[in-house]
Amino acid sequence: MDKNKLALTGGAAMAEALRQINPDVFPVYPITPQTPIVAAFAQHQADGKVDTEIITVESEHSAISASVGSQAAGARTVSATSSQGLALMNEILYIASGMRLPIMMLVSARALSAPLNIHCDHSDVMGARDTGWIQIFSENVQEAYDNTIIGMKLAEESQLPVMVIMDGFITSHSVENATLLPDEVVKNFVGEFVPDSSLLNSKDPKTFGTLALSENYFKFKIEQNSAINLSAEKYAKLAENFSEISGRKKGYFEEYELANAESAIVVLGSTAGTIKETVDKLRHQGKNVGLLKINFFRPFPHKEVAKALDGIKNIAVFDRAMSFGTYPPLYTEIINSLKRVTGYELRVTSYVYGLGGKNIFQKDIEKVFNDLEKDYISQEIKYINHE
Amino acid sequence: MNKELTKKLSSGHSTCAGCGIPAIVRTVLDEIKDPVVVANATGCLEVTSTLYPYSAWKVPYIHNAFENAAATISGVETAYRVLRKKGKIPGQARDGSTKRTKFVVFGGDGGTYDIGLQSLSGALERGHNFLYVCYDNQGYMNTGGQRSSASPYGANTQTTPPSKIDIGNEIFCKDIMKIVSAHGIKYLAQANVAYLEDLRRKVKKALAVKGPSFLLVLQPCTNEWKFPSSQYVYYGKMAMETNFWPLYEIEDGKYILNNEIKERKPIEDFLKGQGRFKHLFAPKNKKTIERIQMMVDKKYGELKCLTGNKGCQCDLEK
Repeated sequence: MDKNKLALTGGAAMAEALRQINPDVFPVYPITPQTPIVAAFAQHQADGKVDTEIITVESEHSAISASVGSQAAGARTVSATSSQGLALMNEILYIASGMRLPIMMLVSARALSAPLNIHCDHSDVMGARDTGWIQIFSENVQEAYDNTIIGMKLAEESQLPVMVIMDGFITSHSVENATLLPDEVVKNFVGEFVPDSSLLNSKDPKTFGTLALSENYFKFKIEQNSAINLSAEKYAKLAENFSEISGRKKGYFEEYELANAESAIVVLGSTAGTIKETVDKLRHQGKNVGLLKINFFRPFPHKEVAKALDGIKNIAVFDRAMSFGTYPPLYTEIINSLKRVTGYELRVTSYVYGLGGKNIFQKDIEKVFNDLEKDYISQEIKYINHE
Repeated sequence: MNKELTKKLSSGHSTCAGCGIPAIVRTVLDEIKDPVVVANATGCLEVTSTLYPYSAWKVPYIHNAFENAAATISGVETAYRVLRKKGKIPGQARDGSTKRTKFVVFGGDGGTYDIGLQSLSGALERGHNFLYVCYDNQGYMNTGGQRSSASPYGANTQTTPPSKIDIGNEIFCKDIMKIVSAHGIKYLAQANVAYLEDLRRKVKKALAVKGPSFLLVLQPCTNEWKFPSSQYVYYGKMAMETNFWPLYEIEDGKYILNNEIKERKPIEDFLKGQGRFKHLFAPKNKKTIERIQMMVDKKYGELKCLTGNKGCQCDLEK
């Protein structure tokens, strides 16, 4: 039996990755469904398995604020949150990325109020998609573990904050088999964090968080944008290295039966699992269907996605979030990607599904594939299970 | 300018002529002989000292946002403890070294009494090792002088203008000292930019305690209190001599009054000459001034009672 193969919830798997990373500081505030990450990690800490100081702050706003202070002091810093918590952090998310602080935030994705709902969708993380954070989505417990390790290293290599996202409850609370890497392998992969500058260096005092007028402000923002764009290449390289040490393929996205597909669905997160099952079933019936599962959402790999989707006749883009008053986020990215494919006729429909944890079943996905097969393409947003 | 004075906060910052904030900052930092990290809430001090590509700070400094300076220093101080254990502080040995980095927050009254209160409360309650210094100019002076919960009763602020039917600010200010004291911290004190030696003594005491400490320093604002720029020390003195702003400490829960005025001056001596109170001197507002006087005396009596002095008239004695 493989002793590194364990039955874990997504939360516990992320906590295992954190144990191996051994961060210095972990400021955190409780919110469902982020709690399993913190509960499991707090146990590791209580058992003396890590050197981490957990700061049990009085709000998510203070969790991210303390993270900014800790990271600026040169400490490897992580936090975790969900939903309202991420929304409350919003102001400081921009400050963390603007100050180029490589904080890692683990997010158990959940709906946003009102009405109050604790279940999974991507409204919280989509609300943070323009905050200058790198965003990596996970399909299952294994990916939640893997991405936590990759995310830490990517943050520090890019000098940018990273959000590692799993689906609330569906992944965070579900027990699945996951294969962990040996501690030493993870430690070697993430390495020791050596900050560029630190508040604690009194010999070389630095001012963090300055005021900048228009000319410099604009310059800073353009430079920040090139930094996040450059992080894509760094991610690709780390993903390759990680694939080598783990034997698990990593990358911007996963193509599942996509090569010769006529109809394809594009999706983020755990629903990819259900779609894969459906693809298998329909393929068995001789239908040319496939899936593109996006892992790397910010920065968005437009060029690579365009290439992957080139030649596919009909596409459905699945969003687990709204963008009120316009098309939802992933759909918009796919349309922007496909603009690069010359002569491509836009045959892409936007589907919104699973808000507030609403279940999505294989039969729903089959129906979408059927629509695609019959060329039922629409410019209107379709709501799965809410026709 | 005096080299010693500008060792940590240099000249060339852009606070208004006649602003007392730099004197407060320099006095506080001058008392710190160990390495120090400063966190600063958004406000006058921050915008006048950090205009990129310049910085007036010669010590490590971080500005995060308006409401989170105390949470920010929590992170810095915790990082320090972890990294020190690992021997990762530049210039400081893993153990045995007597040098200990100090952590100081500067925030205005808006960033302390109002928007930053939760963050401050959390950091106090968790017991981080830091000194929080609130320079209290009794309003949102960096945005043009709006009312804060530190603004005095009767003041003309941008959001509480007096009118035919209005006296200006109609709310008595929040007692932040009691709120902070309720966290059970070992040392806090009320100070005043007009009494720098008293402030210096208090900084020394504040730094000596383990855990958080708090200083509330009155900072008369030439711009928004509307008095000539040569007079911030004068108005600081008047605030003390009228008992409007008594100097006191709370040490391990025990109140100590630092200046007992034999005969306090009438409150008019503090109010007159300040543009923000000008309207109170109209005959129809005579009652308002009387009311302010009554409140000042009542609050001072209460304070005396808390220090254990006999002869006060407040309800606490009974």
